[in-house]
Amino acid sequence: MPTYTAPLKDMQFVIRELAGLDEIAALPGCAEVSADLVDAVLGEAAKFAQEVLDPLNCSGDKQGARLAGGKVIAPDGFALAYKQFVAAGWNGLSGQTAFGGQGLPHSVALPVQEMWSSANMAFCLCPMLTAGVLEAVGHHGSAAQQKTFLPKLTSGEWTGTMNLTEPQAGSDLSAVRASAVPEGDHYRIRGTKIFITWGEHEMARNIVHLVLARTPDAPEGVKGISLFIVPKFLVNADGSLGERNEVKCVSIEHKLGIHASPTCVLAYGDDKGAIGYLVGAENRGLEYMFTMMNHARLGVGMEGVALAERACQFALDYAKTRVQGREIGQRSGDRVTIIHHPDVRRMLMSMRAQTEAMRALAYVAAAALDKSKLHPDEKQRRRQQALVDLLTPIVKGWCTEQAVEIASTGIQVHGGMGFIEETGAAQILRDARITTIYEGTTGIQANDLIGRKVAFEQGATAKAVIAQMRGVVGDLDQQPTLATMRTALVAGVTALETATDWLVATFPAKPAMATAAAVPYLKLFGTVAGGWQMARAALVAQKQLAAGQGDAGFYRAKIASALFYAGHILPQASALGHTVINGSASTLALDVADF
Amino acid sequence: MKVLVTAKRVIDPYVKVRVKSDGSGVETANIKMTMNPFCEIAVEQAVRMKEAGVVSEIVVVSIGAQQCQETLRTAMAMGADRGILVETADEVQPLAVAKALKAIVDKEQPKLVIMGKQAIDDDCNQSGQMLAALLGWPQAAFISNIAVNGDGAEVTREIDGGLEKLSIRLPAVVTTDLRLNEPRYVTLPNIMKAKKKPLEIIKPDALGVDMSPRLTTLKVQEPAKRGAGVKVADVKELVSKLKNEARVI
Ligand SMILES: Cc1cc2nc3c(=O)[nH]c(=O)nc-3n(C[C@H](O)[C@H](O)[C@H](O)COP(=O)(O)OP(=O)(O)OC[C@H]3O[C@@H](n4cnc5c(N)ncnc54)[C@H](O)[C@@H]3O)c2cc1C
Repeated sequence: MPTYTAPLKDMQFVIRELAGLDEIAALPGCAEVSADLVDAVLGEAAKFAQEVLDPLNCSGDKQGARLAGGKVIAPDGFALAYKQFVAAGWNGLSGQTAFGGQGLPHSVALPVQEMWSSANMAFCLCPMLTAGVLEAVGHHGSAAQQKTFLPKLTSGEWTGTMNLTEPQAGSDLSAVRASAVPEGDHYRIRGTKIFITWGEHEMARNIVHLVLARTPDAPEGVKGISLFIVPKFLVNADGSLGERNEVKCVSIEHKLGIHASPTCVLAYGDDKGAIGYLVGAENRGLEYMFTMMNHARLGVGMEGVALAERACQFALDYAKTRVQGREIGQRSGDRVTIIHHPDVRRMLMSMRAQTEAMRALAYVAAAALDKSKLHPDEKQRRRQQALVDLLTPIVKGWCTEQAVEIASTGIQVHGGMGFIEETGAAQILRDARITTIYEGTTGIQANDLIGRKVAFEQGATAKAVIAQMRGVVGDLDQQPTLATMRTALVAGVTALETATDWLVATFPAKPAMATAAAVPYLKLFGTVAGGWQMARAALVAQKQLAAGQGDAGFYRAKIASALFYAGHILPQASALGHTVINGSASTLALDVADF
Repeated sequence: MKVLVTAKRVIDPYVKVRVKSDGSGVETANIKMTMNPFCEIAVEQAVRMKEAGVVSEIVVVSIGAQQCQETLRTAMAMGADRGILVETADEVQPLAVAKALKAIVDKEQPKLVIMGKQAIDDDCNQSGQMLAALLGWPQAAFISNIAVNGDGAEVTREIDGGLEKLSIRLPAVVTTDLRLNEPRYVTLPNIMKAKKKPLEIIKPDALGVDMSPRLTTLKVQEPAKRGAGVKVADVKELVSKLKNEARVI
C-alpha cells in the first residue's frame, strides 16, 4: 500500500499566493507568521503525519475501536500516537497563548489539519473536537471555567466532545430533550446523546463533554437550549481529578467508515444526574454553537480536501505501477502501465484538478476567517465575516461531496483491486462518506447558503464575490495561453449570477421552489468558485514562468490542472445553473402521497 | 561543557534523485531538502547530553547556501542553543568543510565536536576525520554510544567485525552511526522558540580559510540499469554463476 506524502509544495503555493500569507502576517498578533515559520511548521507536521499517523490508518480501520467492560479501547497504536501528538505540542497549535497554546491563525491551522486528516482522519477527529470545545469555552465560558478546563484541553492532556445529537434531534436541534435541573452552583444533566465522536476512550485522563440540554422552564424550540460543560471526571478545586461523573458510554456504533473513531451513545445521569456547568447564559446554547460553526464546518470541508488528496496519491501510485494493455495505437511491443491510457489520465487529472481547486477555496476561506476576527479595520472585519459566512457552507458542502466522488474515481483507477480492501482505496471512500453528513448534511449547508447567506441579504455578498471573479476574467484577457480558462470562467460566472438573481427573486415568494434548488446552487457555486481559484492560480503560475522564477515544473503542472478544470469541470456550471432555474418544478411534481 | 554539532543540508532521502541532463551533478533545484539524517543523530545526541546535565551549550554549524538557515533552525528547534552558517554558494568538499570547522572550533573552543559519520548526498565519510587531524584531537568515528566522564569519554564504535570500545581524551571529534539514538520529533513550541535563537552568518573569507574545491567532477551518470534475472536449475548452477559471472564468491 502506498504511503501518504504531504503535498507541501501546493500547500505553500496556495497559502502564499492565493490565501495571501502576507496579509495574514500583517494582522495584529500574527507578526510571527512568516513564510519561514509556516514552512517549518508545515514541514514538521508533515513528518509527524507521515511517520506516526499514516502507518496507523489502515490498521485502525481494520481493527476499529471497541467497547469492553464499559471502556472504549482505541485501536492498537492510537494511544501512543496521541501521547506523541500531545508531547509534540500539536494540540495547542491554534489555542490561546494565555492557556499555553501557540495562537497560530486558521490560515496555518487548517492546512496542518489537512495533513492530519489525510494521514489518519479517524485519529484527527479527536483533536478536532477538542478544538471545538476550546473555542466554545474560550469565547463563552466564565473566567473560572476557562482556568479549570482550557490549559489541559489546550495541551491535549484532556480531550473534548460535542454532544448535540439525540435520536429525535439531528439536523433539527430544536427537538433536543436532554434536561438540566439547577442545583446550587451546577446543574444535574439527564438524557441520551447519540453519535458522539470520541465520546469515550482511554487515551486521555479526562474528557470534557459540551452538552446541549434544556432547563426546566426553557421555552420550546431552538430558543430554549442551553450549553453545559460535563466532565467525565469532576475536577477538584486544586485542579486534580475527583469523582467519576454520571456519564456512561452504553454502546458504540458499527459503521461504514472511520472505524478507528468511536461513535458513542452516551447516557447522562442514570441516578442523581450528571453534574454540569452552564456555559454563558441559559437558553443561548445554540447561539454559542453558531459562533464556532464556521471553524468547525471549514474543518470538515478540509477533511474532504484531505481525503481527496489521499485518493489522488493512492490512485497515482497504482496507475504508475499497474501494467495492463499497450499504448494506444500499438499492437505489439511492451505492455505499459495504465497511466499511459488516456482514460486513466483523465481520471487522474480530474481528481487532481478538483482537489487543487478545493484546497485553494478552503484555504482562502480560512484566511477570510482570520481576517474577520483580527483585521484592525471594522469595515474590513465585517466584509470578511460576510465572505467567510458565505464560503463556509460551500467549502463544507462542495468539498465533501466532491471528495466522495473523487474517492470513488480513485477506486475506478484501481480497477478490481480498488474494490478489494487491501489497496486502501476503498477505505478512503468509506471514510469520506461521513463528511457530507456530520456537522450539518449537504442539504442543511445548502439551505443555510441560499437562505441566510444569499436570499436574506439580496445576494449582496454573493454579488461581491461574483465581481471579484469578473476581475479575474479581466486579468485573463491578456493571457492568450489561458484563453480556454477565460471562456469557461465567463460562462460559469454568468451561470452563477443568473442563478443568484433567480434565487433572490424566487425565495421570498416561493420558498419551496428555491429550497428545492439549494443543493444544485451550492454545487454551482462550488464549481465556479473552484474555477475562480484555479484561474488565479494559473495567472500566478503564468507570471512566474514568464519571469523565469521558481519551480517551472510545478507551475506548468498548475496551468495544466487549471486548463483541465476549465475544460471538464467548469462547463458543468452551465448545466447546474439550468437545473437551479428550471429544475424545482419537476423535483416537487410528485406529492408526498404519490411516492 | 560546550558542544559543537554540524548539520548539513541534503536532498531529502525519500526524494528520487535525478542526474542533471548535462552530467555535471544531480538536480537540486526545487527539490525537497532536509537535514542529513546522520547530522540529526548528532544534534539529538548533543540535546540528550544537555538534558542529562553533561552539556551546557550546543552550537550548531552548517556550511553551504543561504537556505541552510532552515536546517539550522530545525537543529535549534530540536534543542541547539545557537547556530552559525558559513555561507558559500560553492560546492563544499570535505577538506574545505574541515578547514572551516577548524576555524570555528578555534574560536568557540568546544570540548566535543559531534558530526554525522557521512552525508547521504556524497557519502564521503571524511570531514570528521579530517577535522580531527587538522585540530590534532582524538577522534572516534561511527559511534553507537558515548558516555562523558570528566576529561574523557567512553565510546562504542561500530566496526566491521562488531563493536569496539575506546576511551578517548577530550576535546575530541566523534561521528555518529545509526544506532546511537533515534532523533525526536520537533515540538511545535520549540519550532516557535527556534525562530528567536541567535543565528550568525559568516563568510569563508572572514574565517580566513580557502574553501575552493580541490576535486573536479568529471561526469555524473545514472547507475547502469539492472538487467533481467534468470532462473537457475540448481544450487550447483547458482554457485557457478556467482563465481564465474558475478564474481562475488
Ligand atoms: C460517525 C458520526 C459521527 C458523529 N459525530 C457527532 C458528534 O460528535 N456530536 C454530535 O452531536 N453529533 C454527531 N453526529 C451526528 C450528526 O451530526 C448527524 O447525524 C447529522 O447532523 C444528521 O442528523 P440525522 O442523522 O438525525 O439525520 P436527519 O436530520 O434525520 O437527516 C436525514 C436526511 O434528511 C435531510 N434533512 C433533514 N432536515 C432537512 C431540512 N430541513 N432540509 C433539507 N433536508 C433535510 C438530511 O439532509 C438527510 O439527508 C455524528 C454522526 C455520525 C454518523
